[in-house]
Amino acid sequence: MQDPVSHSDSTVGRVEVKETTCYMCACRCGIRVHLRDGEVRYIDGNPNHPLNKGVICAKGSSGIMKQYSPGRITQPLRRKAGAERGESAFEVISWDEAFGMLTERLARLRAEDPKKFALFTGRDQMQALTGMFAKQFGTPNYAAHGGFCSVNMAAGLIYTIGGSFWEFGGPDLERAKLFVMIGTAEDHHSNPLKIAISEFKRRGGRFISINPIRTGYSAIADEWVPIKPGTDGALILAITHEILSKGLYDREFLVQYTNAAELVVDDESRADHGLFYRAEMHVEEGCFDPQNKLWWDRDIDGPISTHTPGADPRLMGSYTLPDGTPVKPSFQLLKERVEQYTPEWAAPITGIPAETIRRLAHEMGVTARDQKIELPIKWTDCWDNEHESVTGNPVAFHAMRGLAAHSNGFQTIRSLGILMTVLGTIDRPGGFRHKAPYPRPIPPCPKPPHGPEAVQPNTPLDGLPLGWPAKPEDLFVDADGEAVRIDKAFSWEYPLSVHGLMHNVITNAWRGDPYPIDTLLLFMANMAWNSTMNTVEVRKMLVDKHPNGDYKIPFLVVCDTFASETVAFADLVLPDTTYLERHDALSMLDRPISEFDGPVDAVRIPVLPPKGECKPFQDVLIELGSRLKLPAFVKADGSRKYRDYPDFIVNYETSPGSGIGFLAGWRGKSGDQVLKGEPNPRQWEMYAQNGCFYHHELPRNYQYMRNWNKGYLHWARAHGMIRYAEPITLHLYSEVLQKFRLAAQGKWPGRQPPDRLRQRVETYFDPLPFHYDPLETQLTDTRRYPLNALTQRPMAMYHSWDSQNAWLRQIHSHNYLFLSPSVGIANGFGDGDWIWVESPHGRVRCMCRFSEAVEPGTVWTWNAIGKAAGAWGLGASADEARKGFLLNHLIAEELPAHDAGDHLSNSDPVTGQAAWFDVRVRVYKADPSEPEVTSPQFTPMPRLPGQDRKRGKWQAYMAGVFGKK
Amino acid sequence: MHPAFSVIFLTTLLGAGQGLYLAMVTGQLYAVARFLPVQEDQFYAIGSLVALVLLIAGLVASFFHLGRPERAWRAAAMWRTSWLSREVIVLPIVMALVFAYAVAHWMEWTTPLFQLGAALQVDSTLLLGLLGTLASLALFVCTAMIYAGVKFLQEWHTPLTVSNFIFLGAASGFMLAAAYSAYIGNPLVTFFGTWAVILTLAGLASRLAHLSRNAHLKHKSTVQTAIGVRHRVLFQKAQGATGGSFNTREFFHGQSQAVVDTVRYLYLILVFPIPMLLIGAAYVTESQSLPIAAFFAQFIGLLAERWSFFAEARHPQNLYYQSVA
Amino acid sequence: MTQLALVIDLNVCVGCHACVTSCKEWNTSGWAGPMVDQNPYDGSPTGTFFNRVQTFEVGTFPNTETVHFPKSCLHCEEPPCVPVCPTGASYKRPDNGIVLVDYDKCIGCKYCSWACPYGAREVDEQQKVMKKCTLCIDRITDAKLSERDRKPACVLACPTSARLFGDVHDADSEVSVAIRERGGYQLMPEWGTKPANHYLPRQKIRIHIDQDELTRVDNPLRREDLTDYTGEETLDDVAW
Repeated sequence: MQDPVSHSDSTVGRVEVKETTCYMCACRCGIRVHLRDGEVRYIDGNPNHPLNKGVICAKGSSGIMKQYSPGRITQPLRRKAGAERGESAFEVISWDEAFGMLTERLARLRAEDPKKFALFTGRDQMQALTGMFAKQFGTPNYAAHGGFCSVNMAAGLIYTIGGSFWEFGGPDLERAKLFVMIGTAEDHHSNPLKIAISEFKRRGGRFISINPIRTGYSAIADEWVPIKPGTDGALILAITHEILSKGLYDREFLVQYTNAAELVVDDESRADHGLFYRAEMHVEEGCFDPQNKLWWDRDIDGPISTHTPGADPRLMGSYTLPDGTPVKPSFQLLKERVEQYTPEWAAPITGIPAETIRRLAHEMGVTARDQKIELPIKWTDCWDNEHESVTGNPVAFHAMRGLAAHSNGFQTIRSLGILMTVLGTIDRPGGFRHKAPYPRPIPPCPKPPHGPEAVQPNTPLDGLPLGWPAKPEDLFVDADGEAVRIDKAFSWEYPLSVHGLMHNVITNAWRGDPYPIDTLLLFMANMAWNSTMNTVEVRKMLVDKHPNGDYKIPFLVVCDTFASETVAFADLVLPDTTYLERHDALSMLDRPISEFDGPVDAVRIPVLPPKGECKPFQDVLIELGSRLKLPAFVKADGSRKYRDYPDFIVNYETSPGSGIGFLAGWRGKSGDQVLKGEPNPRQWEMYAQNGCFYHHELPRNYQYMRNWNKGYLHWARAHGMIRYAEPITLHLYSEVLQKFRLAAQGKWPGRQPPDRLRQRVETYFDPLPFHYDPLETQLTDTRRYPLNALTQRPMAMYHSWDSQNAWLRQIHSHNYLFLSPSVGIANGFGDGDWIWVESPHGRVRCMCRFSEAVEPGTVWTWNAIGKAAGAWGLGASADEARKGFLLNHLIAEELPAHDAGDHLSNSDPVTGQAAWFDVRVRVYKADPSEPEVTSPQFTPMPRLPGQDRKRGKWQAYMAGVFGKK
Repeated sequence: MHPAFSVIFLTTLLGAGQGLYLAMVTGQLYAVARFLPVQEDQFYAIGSLVALVLLIAGLVASFFHLGRPERAWRAAAMWRTSWLSREVIVLPIVMALVFAYAVAHWMEWTTPLFQLGAALQVDSTLLLGLLGTLASLALFVCTAMIYAGVKFLQEWHTPLTVSNFIFLGAASGFMLAAAYSAYIGNPLVTFFGTWAVILTLAGLASRLAHLSRNAHLKHKSTVQTAIGVRHRVLFQKAQGATGGSFNTREFFHGQSQAVVDTVRYLYLILVFPIPMLLIGAAYVTESQSLPIAAFFAQFIGLLAERWSFFAEARHPQNLYYQSVA
Repeated sequence: MTQLALVIDLNVCVGCHACVTSCKEWNTSGWAGPMVDQNPYDGSPTGTFFNRVQTFEVGTFPNTETVHFPKSCLHCEEPPCVPVCPTGASYKRPDNGIVLVDYDKCIGCKYCSWACPYGAREVDEQQKVMKKCTLCIDRITDAKLSERDRKPACVLACPTSARLFGDVHDADSEVSVAIRERGGYQLMPEWGTKPANHYLPRQKIRIHIDQDELTRVDNPLRREDLTDYTGEETLDDVAW
């Protein structure tokens, strides 16, 4: 064998190194793809990339196996005439035929009733284009997967602090001293968070993880606080109670930067009860919080305009205004609210001892108060106060789906936002920090359409398919107050469903409620498997027919890279490319990869040619848009405007001459402008030369306190990121929610909910945070189903499409139900036994594994490992099908019929967030005579035309020779 | 450890072959010393050729253990440090000597070469026999030390492994010699049978001592030392591969404890009491077939013994491969 | 003499398996490749990996620790796997202490794997030779790579920088300092194999809060010292 020291990889074959952006998960790290004779030899992290700084995760390194997976579909396919849906009997067609079919059908729908076409995408981060396509088409029936992912997190925090975790903000672990992670084990912002946590720990920071399960990041926490699922709100409120009662809150921050001191009308008999008392003064209309509110000044012992220089407002007390209006500072209302939430109250709910809750509160409060950070950065606030320094309280939080995926998640997350606020940690060093384009107004300006008239034949939608309602008038309902969208988003059932409710689309369309649709186009969404609730029934809905033999959902188009379970149900299959074969823009208009210090966006540039006939979905949309002559895609004369997606990216402007396009970097004719500027024909080249990302570092004095930083807000306005340079006051008290509550109480002059929903809206649109049992728990016999069941994804597969990946699946080829040994003992089974796990909605047979790292009332498993036999290019006897399982079979997409309706989504009543983690189960031993395979099992999916032939027993991957064998 | 059939057959066939060869040489020595009637040269020649066949069969079995048998010749390189390498060197020497011994008898190269003392006429067969005996004993040691030399396999890392290999190999060879004698109707059945019983008893003592030792063995490594975490309650949950790995295939027998126990009882019966009873019965009945049965019973027992030898050895690497999840 | 090694920080390893697949990816197409997979798309998929991340649970609920534990060849200073090799295919390099296998000499007898208490060697079931971690010797000695890139793939990949790489015989190297200051330890010291790789233990950070710290003179509650007189009786009404 050659001496390795004399071996140099660069001399083997023809070597090329190309930079692009990873998409093995949604994290989007910068990568360098090393090619040998045109095959992927090595993918490593781009050391210059602001996100991952050269590191790469297990998924990123396994990109090779995605590229060469036998699960890839490579040809457009049409369901064979006479074949039934779900049988995977397809014939290869040309793209021309596929476009022809689609154009004809969609043109007809657009001329008749555009909402008969629904477009739902599993992945966001492409919403700038997909959303625009839907709007241009004229259909409101569009969303990405946010509704079943973490919309509670986005909405809960954005409606409170004007930003949220992940793309929109995160914990500043560089300066934090105490880091509290709740309901997170691994996260979207995968590598950056790993980098940050490890550096934080090396600097001696204290890391507390609150989670029912100790996995992932929690493993390296200094303290693990196990909590019962769905009770995080109770914990956070009890901590807030302790912080308020001990005076550990940041008073100055609350006064200056939040609505804590602002006076709220406190008279239940009045129609404006619970709204801020608005002083009579001229205010400009706009989507921002007008500053016509009052404080109660301590010195004059009377009302005074907020932010009056020299004023010292009361945070507590109740007062009567000169006009006789009884008022209270909103902080007083918060204090009254949390008075009941003592640590002793929370202890039995959360399973956390009261002492621990108190200690957590003290650690947070004292660290925030006593370890103040002061940075010598001069800045000016919106009220023209000059500050010599930027200060911060070094307590940082991070939270995600553990809080979000419960039907009480919105209020829980608002509670968290409030806790972070009373500790004075918003956009300050060591606390939570925003990422561009956030902070945005509370709520942000875009609004959904307001009524059915927004949908007109052959006309773009009047409004955006997704937006941020601020009051009942912003809802998308008809005259009866009922939903206009197929998923019933922005209806009174889920008024703030800002990411839509993708998880109810198939059920609603199947039932024809609120109306039947014709064509459902799914992109990268495995809605016949792990992305849907109630998988078994949803698969039946997809093949269900009217008595006349027509499918209830007449036409299903699936665009995917892989032969997923959902592809089997398609009438038309469009083969998508991998991330290494496409152009992409991770746009400021969507979910960019910004850093705390300024906006960052990124692109993908193809490293390899598409396999077979694969075509990037974006090009499909540009083509369709051009063929359908949607206004944005054609010139005045009706001729095609954009050659392809790369051409579109460079030349598209949000409106003619707006200077805002998909990419923020190197705008302007010569590429010298930032965020806003004329299209630059050489923009792709410039991204290519710069590692495929654009990073604009803000001046230091624009990097903090951005909600109220005059310089920053004006910069943001000048660069098109925000409409008004007005302060974004934190909503300790949510007047927005109160407006919906008043409507439910019949006190709102405008729109009001249908009667069946009045009580629901009144209850859950509480302007102050509160804790309630998740809806499913309220409607389930918890003695029969005593356990909570959770899922999470393992780090090596987090947020990825690659549990089929030849390397990653060797790490996790099947899954177990993890549970406390006490559960096994109580139910008479042992570690490794086959058991049944049963919810009110179904049951699953699987293997169990005892674990001491799980709260004893909780069982859990790795999600999305179980597969239907034969899907994803795996053999029918693959572990994923025989030993793997989904918990989705146990989770209903709808709540049991109750007062508020027969078919309400199993979701948060405020945001429509899918309540995955509310499911209750029981477990029992499987009979020894039962087969040792998981249940349910499904008929194996055959190999599709165009898919690589079945791979053999051996795979010896060696770049440069693999494809030639 | 995973009991590989190649290695089971390798060690048992080599043992029986060497034992048979030793029996032939012993027979000749006794004859030279006039304790036994002199046999035809053909008797020794055929006996040794059978021994050679067993050695060759063992060698062939060993090739099934190698991933790359075509490179087996390379294995002689590291004789300074590797018992395996030494075995690879000694085995052909033994085979050559056994072959030479057989040829010398076959060709009746019995002209005395020199004389020792008053009466001992040393011919080429005797010389080759003695050399072969030394080589064979060396081979026993090399083979056994391959196992006894691995300190991590504490069940094996004992001189008892060497004595087991020698006694049990020799016992099966003498048993085969008895069977051979019985088959051709030769009067040496009793002689070989007696030696076989003596060796079997020695083997029994050695093997029981080995079992007893292993039953009280305290393993040096624990899961605590394996990962360096000091806590009484420490369990593996995941080994990083759910579909298994070389580490789960090579170092685990994959059978239940019941199977392991059954195999142990099986060999304890087949290797020790049954052949001795059969040989005893053969004394009494002068049966020609019972010694043959005794050999086959013992050999089958030895296959089980060797399986058990592997199965009972718990490799410390297994501490890293306790659980799949 | 130089002894290259990895030092693995269990205090920050989150068990993400980045090191596992980056290793596989680099080495399958590198000097030590290919790293064969068996049943890559079928039941019981298995293959050669030089590095695995395992998970252990310590203690009982609620005082449970979850320990992610990466394991690859430890490049022992007294490698027991080397002397047992009959062909000399297994060897320890004198220049940097890396233990390697020469596939051209290996006969696939697996004896070296028996002589490794750590389970660090894995046979390639298709090519039938023994394979193991090379510390990416074809990266770290490749002068055509930049200084930054001349590290094992796992070290470069690790998002938490839980893997340090360097010469444990150089007292001033990053790895030696970490071992010294952080209590770096070896696995199964009872065998005298002197693994070159070390592990850094968990360390806990705790905060102690004295009761006195809970209330301070500037407690903001003092600024809300309000009571409202609503006509109830006071001493003013009854005492004189």
